[in-house]
Amino acid sequence: MQTTEILVIGGGPAGLSAALEAASLGADVTVLDSDLKLGGQLIKQTHKFFGSKAEYAGTRGFEIANFLFDEIEKYKTLGKLKVFTNTTATGYYKEDGVVSYMVGEEKYGRIKPQKLVFATGAQERLIPFVNNDMPGVYGAGAIQTLMNVYGIVPGEKVLMIGAGNIGLIVSYQLMQAGIKIAGIVEAMPKIGGYWVHAAKIRRLGVPIYLQHTIKEALGNNVVEGAVIQEVNNCFQPVGDPMEVECDTICLAVGLTPTCELLWSAGCEMKFVPQLCGYVARRDPMMRTSHPDIWVAGDAAGIEEASAAMVEGRIAGLSAVASLNHVSQETFYDRSAEYHQRLENLRAGEVGEKIRSGLSCVCCKQWG
Amino acid sequence: MSIKLIKDHPILDFGHEEKKMVTFTFDNKEMKGFEDDPIAAALHANGIQVYRITPKTERPRGFFCAIGKCSSCFMIVDGVPNVRTCVTPLKAGMKVETQKGRGVLKSEEGEER
Ligand SMILES: Cc1cc2nc3c(=O)[nH]c(=O)nc-3n(C[C@H](O)[C@H](O)[C@H](O)COP(=O)(O)OP(=O)(O)OC[C@H]3O[C@@H](n4cnc5c(N)ncnc54)[C@H](O)[C@@H]3O)c2cc1C
Repeated sequence: MQTTEILVIGGGPAGLSAALEAASLGADVTVLDSDLKLGGQLIKQTHKFFGSKAEYAGTRGFEIANFLFDEIEKYKTLGKLKVFTNTTATGYYKEDGVVSYMVGEEKYGRIKPQKLVFATGAQERLIPFVNNDMPGVYGAGAIQTLMNVYGIVPGEKVLMIGAGNIGLIVSYQLMQAGIKIAGIVEAMPKIGGYWVHAAKIRRLGVPIYLQHTIKEALGNNVVEGAVIQEVNNCFQPVGDPMEVECDTICLAVGLTPTCELLWSAGCEMKFVPQLCGYVARRDPMMRTSHPDIWVAGDAAGIEEASAAMVEGRIAGLSAVASLNHVSQETFYDRSAEYHQRLENLRAGEVGEKIRSGLSCVCCKQWG
Repeated sequence: MSIKLIKDHPILDFGHEEKKMVTFTFDNKEMKGFEDDPIAAALHANGIQVYRITPKTERPRGFFCAIGKCSSCFMIVDGVPNVRTCVTPLKAGMKVETQKGRGVLKSEEGEER
């Protein structure tokens, strides 16, 4: 059976950062990612990031991913890092700590790591409406994959469901790609995303239907339109249903952490609405209740890529330290720097939800 | 049928010109797509949106999550059922078929179910 010191599951910004940190400290690292390309959600982001210099503010998401890839190549050449794409981790076996995986659809393998970092990211949420399973109803991530990764037109006219940051950003990206937006539907009485994103959309004349929801996707085999309706403060439909012309419905109604493997590993889990679902309890170094398992990124709670990368660094550092590969000085220096960066990212009003969510799942130290 | 690609993008360069175009079949119809793009993406570019028909209620399903998690885009590829076409690379000569129902493994063919 294959072995590795550190196995990182998921090659998005969190997983790649964990792998780079661990490899930079001399550990032998393996990364598995189910996708055909590395980088997770980050390679689909065409807008410039916010925040500070240390977190690549002003740089576009996919360019940040390219920086990570360059570093990954460096450690691959040094023989410290192995990366497998189109390889899905399918199970964790508590009895012996073995991870099973699938290469493509029909080849299987097993690997026994000493330490594990779960950085499996998130999954799109679905909301109930008539025909929500019809082809043409796509998740926001899927629309981004088609248009931003492969340059394929996802549809001619898109109705966006959700006016949070993702709904707003993806609407703008669609327009950049020359695709029409039929409108943005949002159940809340106000826009959830940052005003900069909303302002760009408004300027382009896209209608934003606040306090509205989607009732039905119309069409025979594929989407040919949609019915939306106003809702009151209790989300009860009021007023007349309205038909909207569109051939694609994009769901941007939130993400939820991908945590199946954490459940099967027996990590202590908790439902935390502020982090958007079930997440693993962890200490400040991102170590779960299972002493050999760490979490990082959206899998540990939905946040954003900048925090995901720092969490990855912390998880990687701590995992290697548990193998006694790190001097105390390096450990304390790096740990202090990373925690300071996280604190900066989570400061102020925007970080409030995350901070309150984290206070429910973070323990000082595993006893 | 023409392939629906994004031509002028203010930020991204997809490198479509440098990619290798290959021929594959969808339900025995010849189509073209870029080698190593996900099968589901190549089909979408050809205007195909229905990838399978569900077993019980016989509803059409297509692309949905694009990260190999949701099972909406399962198809039969080169005789293998339940292939996640959103994370399976397209190769020249591939035989891609709409999956109706649960799919039958080669080893089960002819068995009673
Ligand atoms: C429209 C949009 C706009 C955004 N804008 C910003 C922004 O401006 N700033 C910002 O900081 N963030 C932004 N984000 C968020 C950011 O992209 C994510 O928070 C970030 O990508 C999370 O990183 P991650 O590594 O935790 O997860 P992901 O990027 O989701 O990566 C997870 C990886 O794990 C792999 N994986 C999952 N399960 C398995 C398995 N079983 N086996 C193997 N591999 C597996 C997946 O294939 C994937 O590659 C945005 C997101 C979206 C959708």
